[in-house]
Order: sequence, then structure tokens, then C-alpha cells
Amino acid sequence: MTLVREVYETLVEFVRTFGAFILFFVELLFHTPQAVFGRFRLIVAQVHNTGTLSLVIILVCGLFVGAVLGLQGFANLQRFNAEDTVGTFAAFALVKELGPVITALLFAGRAGTALASEIGLMKATDQLSAMEMMAVNPVSRVVVPRFIGGCISVPFLTAGFSAIGLFGAYLVAVVLLGVDVGAFWQQMQQTLSFKDVEEGIVKSILFGGAASLIAVWEGYNCIPTAEGVGRATTRTVVITAIVVLVVDFMVTATYL
Amino acid sequence: MSKPSDNLIEIRDLDYSRGSRPIFRGLNVTIRRGEVTAVMGPSGTGKTTLLRLITRQLLPDSGVVLVDGVDIGTLSQSELYRMRQRFGMLFQNGALLTDLSVFENVAFPLREHTRLTNRLIRHVVLTKLHAVGLRGAADMMPRELSGGMARRVALARAMVMDPEILIYDEPFVGLDPISMGVIVRLVRRMNDALGISSILVSHDVQEISTVADCSYLISDGKVAASGSPQELSSATSDLVRQFMHGMADGPVAFHYDAPDYEEQLLGRDAD
Repeated sequence: MTLVREVYETLVEFVRTFGAFILFFVELLFHTPQAVFGRFRLIVAQVHNTGTLSLVIILVCGLFVGAVLGLQGFANLQRFNAEDTVGTFAAFALVKELGPVITALLFAGRAGTALASEIGLMKATDQLSAMEMMAVNPVSRVVVPRFIGGCISVPFLTAGFSAIGLFGAYLVAVVLLGVDVGAFWQQMQQTLSFKDVEEGIVKSILFGGAASLIAVWEGYNCIPTAEGVGRATTRTVVITAIVVLVVDFMVTATYL
Repeated sequence: MSKPSDNLIEIRDLDYSRGSRPIFRGLNVTIRRGEVTAVMGPSGTGKTTLLRLITRQLLPDSGVVLVDGVDIGTLSQSELYRMRQRFGMLFQNGALLTDLSVFENVAFPLREHTRLTNRLIRHVVLTKLHAVGLRGAADMMPRELSGGMARRVALARAMVMDPEILIYDEPFVGLDPISMGVIVRLVRRMNDALGISSILVSHDVQEISTVADCSYLISDGKVAASGSPQELSSATSDLVRQFMHGMADGPVAFHYDAPDYEEQLLGRDAD
């Protein structure tokens, strides 16, 4: 009996949380136009905060992911005498999959946790209540600029990741391993269609929205204690990782 | 708001529970215009909760909160925000926005709600900071302030929109005697000089008696006693005497509800 009861209670709790999440999202969207026009500076500040400050980690990771693709691609394609296509191989992997996915995961780790803990701490120290009392809606002042900032940052970070990844693959395959430079770029240009790039762009937009939304939600909804804020940051990374990979599968399936 | 009555805030038959724990049961409190009203009570009686109910950060289970005769439970979001601009609230720890300087914290409500020029904002903010004695700290960040200074900055911020009602949540907690004296004097001075009404939540009996016109002692979800501080300290009821004179045991038991001591130590309740 206790098992049934526990399952029931968990289910009710889940539905309740999910409902609250939907309401939160609706409120966020409701305040978005006003924030875009009225709080433009805050959004710019958040693009800097979530985007510019994430650049280093994104670019370094992108370079090495691309370099690994160059190595692996070369080593495996060489067996079929197809090492000229290593550029194509790296481009497909980076633009369609690794770029958006790894960027989103790194973003969650670098910027998502920062957003969640920042909002959580503001809640724990009554700053959000204080805004409420000053008749300023904290969703509009605190949440929306961070959400939009994240939504803007991620696609650009993804583009940066993919671009520097291709450069990494070029360095390894062409400069180090001696693949023909013309073949490397030309094969890539011929096979990679705009639709492939579009898939990557769509993914990066979706992942950016999801990662930012999860981060601000976890922060805004956390239990306002030290432990609660800690748990919110952990959950931000975990949930983002799951959502990103599931959404990635679904988008990939629709593009086939 | 046809005729301003003497009662600025009226709380009638208010019930509120958190989870299954009742906090208030049939609470009645009246806050009169122009006075400093103190709400006292042992820790955990929901004093802060009461403030959140008055400002509708929480909704009561039943009963009404009237501000100037208007039931705030019926207000729409925008009406509620308009009403909140008549309140200034000082939170327990100040609740300054940590990413803004002292100056910007005080300027925050002005920037949000008015279209004043930067020059005018600067003027107003410096005036308010001067009133709490912290004009010199305008460029500091909240993390550089001591507890007492942070609370004074928060007070300047609470006043910056010239509210009609100032609400203080535990303004005396954790302050050294000097800062405490400063805050006590500020509370009284603000109230009288600006012609506003103040609500003060605290359990510092000594400070309350020097500053409040009227105080309520809340216990067990109801008003246990009310009146001027002098009336309260000469009251005969056990509970009021216990609270006002700081006695460890009495109607408010020293022990939190627990199973029988002997039983528990002997481990008989383990199964």
C-alpha cells in the first residue's frame, strides 16, 4: 500500500511542479516584449555574462574536439583510402551534432549554473521579495533578461565552437598529417548542404532556449537555503544534459 | 479613499496556515495612521508572515486585510503594485541588491517607477542617504557594508519613493548598541518628520517601549495583548509578563513539544 501511495504522491508532485513550470514559462513570455524594449541594457549585460565570459571554455573545447575528429577521422578513413574526406567527416559531426550538443552542455556548466545560483541566492537573501515590495516584478527584472541573454548567446557560441572545431580538424589533418588542403575544404563544401547547417542552427536555438529556461527556473524555484541553491545548480546541469540529448534525438529524427 | 479614517490597516479574523501548521487563527489587528505600531511575539509566531500577509506577498486562508478600507485580496496585479508603492519595507537583512552600488540601490525604485532625470535622481538619492547618515557611502557595494549600515541603506531605499507606510522586519536584530540606538532614533524621526505610519516587527522589548505608540503581542495565532508599551509591561496576564520580562518558562514553554522524556531515553518508543 505504501508503494502505491508513494507513487501516487510522486506523480501528484510531478504534475504540480510541471504546472508551476508552465505557468512560470507563460509569465516569462508575457514579460518578454516589455523587457526587450524596456530593459535592453540588462539583456546586453547578460549576453556578456553568459556569452562573452563563456567564450574561452567554448573555443578551447571546440579546438580540441575538432582536433580529435581530425585524428580519428584520418586514422579510420585512411583504411579505406578516403582520408581526403576527413574534412567532410569533421564538418558533418561538428555542424550537425557535436557543435550544438557540446556547446549546450558546456553552457549549462559554465553559465547555467551561474544563472541558477545567482537567482537562487537573490531569493535566499530576500532580494526578490524586496523587488516585489518595491512593485518591481522580479520575473521581468531578473529572470527575463537572463533568459533572453542565454537564448542569444548559445547560437553564437555554437557557431564559434563549430568554426574553431573545423580549424582544429584542419590543423591536425592538413598541417600535421598531410591531407591535401584543397581536397579537405572542397570535399566539405560539396557535401555539406545548407540543410545540414540549418539543422545545427535549429538545434542551437532550441538548446539555448532549453538550457537558459532550465537554469532560470531552477534558480527561481529553488528552496531558499544554502542547500537548496546547491541542489538547484546541480539539477540545472543534470536536467539540461538530459533535455538536450533527448531534444537532439528528436530534431535529428525529423531532419532525416 | 473618500474620508481618511484613523485606521490605516485593519486585519480582520485572519486565518493562515503553513502546510498543516496553523500560524494565525482569528487574528485581529488595527494599525492607526501616524503611529508607530509594534508587533511582538516569541520567535516562530509568524511575525514576518504577518508582514507578508499585510503586503500580500502571501494570501490568507480566510479573513481580510484592509488597507485604507480596500480589501487587498481583491486587487489585480497592477493595482497591487500601485498599492505597494505606498509601502516601504525594510527587510531583516536589508535585502540590498548585491550587484548594484549603494547609490544605485537607493535609486532603484526611482529608475523603475519614475522618469526623473539623472540629475534629479542624484539629488533625491543623496538627500535620502544623508538622512540616514550614509551619503559618504554612496559608491560602496553592499558587501562592503556592516550590518547596521546595510540596514540604514535599506531604510533610505524604503523611503525613496516617499511611502505612506514604512514596514520594518526585525530592525534591531544583530546590531551593536550604537547602531541599534541609531536605528531606533531613525524609526521615530522618520515617522514624525515625514508624517507616515510605521509597522515594526520585533521582540526587543526594551527598544519597542522607547519607540512604539501601540504594540500587539501575538501568541498562539492570536493577539494575546495590546496597548501602549507601558500598559503591556504592567499587565498581569502570565504570558504578557513572561514575554515582557524575559522569563524562560511560563505559558510559552521552554520545551518544544516532545514525547515523554523518560520514555524516550529508555527507548520504549523506538518501535
